[in-house]
Amino acid sequence: MNLLESGRVALGALSANKLRAALTMLGIIIGVGAVVTLMSAGNAVEAYITNQFRSIGSNLLFVAPGTFDSQRGGAASAAIGGKGLTNGDAAALLDPVLAPDVLAVGLELTGAAVVDYRGESRILSISGVGPNYDDLRNAKLSAGRFLDEGDQVAESRVAVIGPLVVDELFPENALPIGEQIRLDDIQFRVVGVLESRGGSAFANEDNIIYIPLSTAQTRVFPSRGRRGDFHISLIYVQAITEDRTSAAEDQITAILRQRHEIQSGDDDDFTAISQAEILTSAAGVLSVVTIFLGAIAAISLLVGGIGIMNIMLVSVTERTREIGLRKAVGARRRDILLQFLLESVVLAVAGGLLGVGLGGLGTAAIGRAASDLAPQLSLQAVLLATTFSGLVGLFFGIYPATRAASLNPIDALRYE
Amino acid sequence: MGQANSNHQVIEIENLTRTYRLGKIDVQALRGVTFRVRRGELLSVMGPSGSGKSTLMNLLGCLDQPDAGSYLLDGEEVGQLGDDQLARIRNRSIGFIFQTFNLLARTTALANCELPMLYGGVPPRERKERASKALAEVGLADRADHHPNELSGGQQQRVAIARALVNNPAVILADEPTGNLDSKSGIEVMSILQSLNRDAGITVLIVTHDPFIARHTQRVIRLQDGRVVVDEAVAHPLRAGEAERPSEVSLEEEARA
Ligand SMILES: Nc1ncnc2c1ncn2[C@@H]1O[C@H](COP(=O)(O)OP(=O)(O)O)[C@@H](O)[C@H]1O
Ligand SMILES: [Mg+2]
Repeated sequence: MNLLESGRVALGALSANKLRAALTMLGIIIGVGAVVTLMSAGNAVEAYITNQFRSIGSNLLFVAPGTFDSQRGGAASAAIGGKGLTNGDAAALLDPVLAPDVLAVGLELTGAAVVDYRGESRILSISGVGPNYDDLRNAKLSAGRFLDEGDQVAESRVAVIGPLVVDELFPENALPIGEQIRLDDIQFRVVGVLESRGGSAFANEDNIIYIPLSTAQTRVFPSRGRRGDFHISLIYVQAITEDRTSAAEDQITAILRQRHEIQSGDDDDFTAISQAEILTSAAGVLSVVTIFLGAIAAISLLVGGIGIMNIMLVSVTERTREIGLRKAVGARRRDILLQFLLESVVLAVAGGLLGVGLGGLGTAAIGRAASDLAPQLSLQAVLLATTFSGLVGLFFGIYPATRAASLNPIDALRYE
Repeated sequence: MGQANSNHQVIEIENLTRTYRLGKIDVQALRGVTFRVRRGELLSVMGPSGSGKSTLMNLLGCLDQPDAGSYLLDGEEVGQLGDDQLARIRNRSIGFIFQTFNLLARTTALANCELPMLYGGVPPRERKERASKALAEVGLADRADHHPNELSGGQQQRVAIARALVNNPAVILADEPTGNLDSKSGIEVMSILQSLNRDAGITVLIVTHDPFIARHTQRVIRLQDGRVVVDEAVAHPLRAGEAERPSEVSLEEEARA
């Protein structure tokens, strides 16, 4: 008997007991549905995060004081404890000989201030940034202008605000250009509003008030290093091309180590990290989550497989006489084995395909609920789930099928 | 099939023994059975319950293997073969008819008849044709699409006969084929077996308790305690449907005689 005919026999046996077949498949349907949904959602989240990092700016490196390991407090505490980073450090990175792969450098000093508008006050994040911040970070204006060179030189008290700040401070005024606000009792004039950039992996950059770096350093958060130089919290470095970012990173590290007089063998007192490295570590976190979800889904497939084995064992017992008869008229061991194996595989794969359908529905539901994500049924998930359910059917069919195949025909024919 | 050989004996068994081991007790079901069956014979095996009739049929049907002795089926020694070879012989050379019909319930009469050919590698077209032909031979051409539960007991047994026929076996083995039927259906079944034997020359071996059924065959082998005690020709075999069934009393007397 060939495979096709065995398959037909298996299908016949299944269709004779449709309700039971459907219930048996349920475990696999749910398991595969879960796998497909989770994998599609995982891929969507990954794509979303990658996109977010893209929006931060291309070829970017970040240099922050302290190390991520030793100084969880971040920029501010490092600035107090270690040497920190200063304007001089940033300027040194533009050395065309020592850092040929550095194209541009941006400076940022961050902090929080009491922000007051017409007597109502709240604490908000403030960033002092250089005039090229908008280019480096792909920040686009929805109204007004960005901070310019003149503002830096004059240490002007002007501010560009994120869209969430607009909602927070000026709920009745969508275009607050020219409004006066007070930051820690210093009066500022709003000159521009930024477009939304959404939340990123770091923080939401839409609820920040941007002011000229010079103003921040002299008036709002004055803090100087040992050389009398102003502190900064973060340096953005743009490499000349994407593939030169790691070369640029090495050059930056060398310059800063020398400036900070770090002996060879000692650790850096700053952290230089590229976007690619951040992406990699984010992907690492994601893959742990994906593996965890995958394990849960695999367990549900396993449970589905045990359900199939259970029903197949019942089916073998019920059809003992049929098996005896088939053997009496010439079925060999392997014919019976194949028949029952196919039955269990067909059951599992049919369940798998229905599960893919369920996963498609789940994916669509996620797409509707979280419109930022654009989850798509991943082909990889579909193939994986169907193959895996086929294997589950095969594995859990082996025992019942072997039992059926090894029945003694005389006993089987006599079975009541 | 293999009828090509010059030997006229379809079955030659010599000193077959079969012992069942039940825990520490040995049950000697067959204690050396010897007989031959010529091609084209219609014979019956009788004997009290437990005398070894079913054990003998299982051996003849290659469902079981003897402990000792030899068994030539159609000239081929089949006493010591592997499982797959036995399956092949059952498929090609033997047609089974059971007391309880053993039709597949969820399958039509036609598909039931196709079953042996399915395992014989016959292509689907030819399978249908041969199954239809066999059903016609047992007078059930119009019931091909019926399921077993839509057929009477006698009709079901006729489907089983058709199934036994389809691979053109060397011998048809019927273990109490009329045991679950009323006497009228039983005679119908005998009538079909007789005509297959008479017209197509098919060798048929019937196990029966019923002396009246045995009288429709040409020869009776009587077993007792795993041994052949009688092996004789029936003087005037009855033609199914022509003779009235005698009263139970006279049958009993004849059986004792
Ligand atoms: N599978 C078995 N296991 C143990 N003993 C058996 C088995 N089959 C038959 N026997 C014993 O063998 C003897 C012959 O049985 P059987 O061939 O079925 O006789 P019959 O068909 O003539 O009634 C009986 O004593 C029976 O109990
Ligand atoms: Mg018996």
